[in-house]
Amino acid sequence: MNGTPYLFAAYAVTWVIHIIYLATIVRRYSRLKSEIEKLK
Amino acid sequence: MSAPNGITGITLLKDLRLEWRSKDAINSMLFFSLLVVVVFSFSFDPSAEESRQIAGGLVWVAFLFAAVVALNQTWAREIRNQVLDAYRVSPAPANSLFVAKTLGNFIFVSVLEALMTPLFIVFYQLRALGPAWQLLLVAVLGTWALVVNGTFFAAMSLRTRSREIMLPLLLFPISIPALLAMVQATTSILNGEGARFWIVLLATYDLVFTTVCLLLFETVLNAE
Amino acid sequence: MKRAFPILGVLTAILLSYALYQALVVAPTEKTMGDVQRIFYYHVPSAWTAFLLFFINFGASIVYLIKRNPAADIVGLVSAEVGVVFCTVVLITGPIWARPVWGIWWTWDMRLTSTLVLWLIYVSYLFLRRFSSGGQTPLLAAALAVLGALCVPFVYFSIWFFRTQHPQPVMGGGGSIDPRMLHALLINWLAFSCFAFLVCWSRYRLEKLQRDVDHAHAMESLLDHGGSGR
Repeated sequence: MNGTPYLFAAYAVTWVIHIIYLATIVRRYSRLKSEIEKLK
Repeated sequence: MSAPNGITGITLLKDLRLEWRSKDAINSMLFFSLLVVVVFSFSFDPSAEESRQIAGGLVWVAFLFAAVVALNQTWAREIRNQVLDAYRVSPAPANSLFVAKTLGNFIFVSVLEALMTPLFIVFYQLRALGPAWQLLLVAVLGTWALVVNGTFFAAMSLRTRSREIMLPLLLFPISIPALLAMVQATTSILNGEGARFWIVLLATYDLVFTTVCLLLFETVLNAE
Repeated sequence: MKRAFPILGVLTAILLSYALYQALVVAPTEKTMGDVQRIFYYHVPSAWTAFLLFFINFGASIVYLIKRNPAADIVGLVSAEVGVVFCTVVLITGPIWARPVWGIWWTWDMRLTSTLVLWLIYVSYLFLRRFSSGGQTPLLAAALAVLGALCVPFVYFSIWFFRTQHPQPVMGGGGSIDPRMLHALLINWLAFSCFAFLVCWSRYRLEKLQRDVDHAHAMESLLDHGGSGR
């Protein structure tokens, strides 16, 4: 009963999900920053 | 407290009159009920023994479907005639409107259920081995649970894009405990056991959600 | 205040690394399930964090309904979004754990089922936020949040009774826990809570900035069109 690949899959998936979410925040942030430049 | 009751009653009667005025309404409801049961019969073979076991679930999914159709209808008319704005401006308490709408929906959905039930009984050869009076209680409590939340969310959905899809999107998740209760209660009673826990759960659910919807409806109606 | 963020970020990264070390190395191997059981150290803290965030959403929504302040509205939005992210982690790590242990991906076990319903409720909240227009969104969302939160006890009760009537394999195991395992669990919970806090803070700042920009746009178009618009 070798479950070790599943262990790493679970940990990897966790971080993939968090990284994707953080990436969307970062992307929106940089887009906003450029918009603010334009406003000025 | 006679003024609020008056407004509730008047609104309710108006809705009922509008729905029932034409024979078309009754005919279309009859046909709709038959269609739903037939479609279910083709999807879930009534002659299979398993179908008898899941009949409780089938019936309630059909009722849920009918409820969504009914709920989507009832606010649409108000919007068309800008009645909603008139309500907001009038001094009538928002609760009266909510109670009237919910009662109207409840009656409408109950009629659809009453039309579908004999068809289900016949097509699936259902027999209640348990206390049958409990089935009526489950039907009333369960329908109320769907309708009270449904009316509230239908009013909320009016303010959104994709109005028709928004209602089931909001209603289904929150109704899950009630749906589980309705289905399990019906299945238990059909199989000869009582359903006391589920009935109490449904009653509590109805109490809590009716109260909160009443408290919050004014906010939702006047949200600007 | 702004300088605190990178420092906290580094600290949290260190804490998360330490927690990972605890989970993979220090914690003893479980007897029956083997190493797969270590998923527990990510699965459970994520669940607890999600529940905490949803509770914060409930509180913020009530505050908004009473006080109508925009900050409460943003906190509601942020806590629901990040809560859904953590809840998604729970719903994916759960099956990944179940598959080698039970042979099936999903079992209608009480905890997983309740978490799924919770996820559905808060995703519907996020849909309402996205699909409703402008000024009414905060109020409608707050009302939905209150209804959703009140639903939670019913979700747990109904599924609990359903499960006692139709028992299924319980995931996550029960029973007493080795103190070293408990230690690893709590460290991971602390680490993920700090992480969640930072994510929420970032999201909050983003939302605040977004609203300020939108407000600036609105002001600009009002001024451009003189007094003709209204």
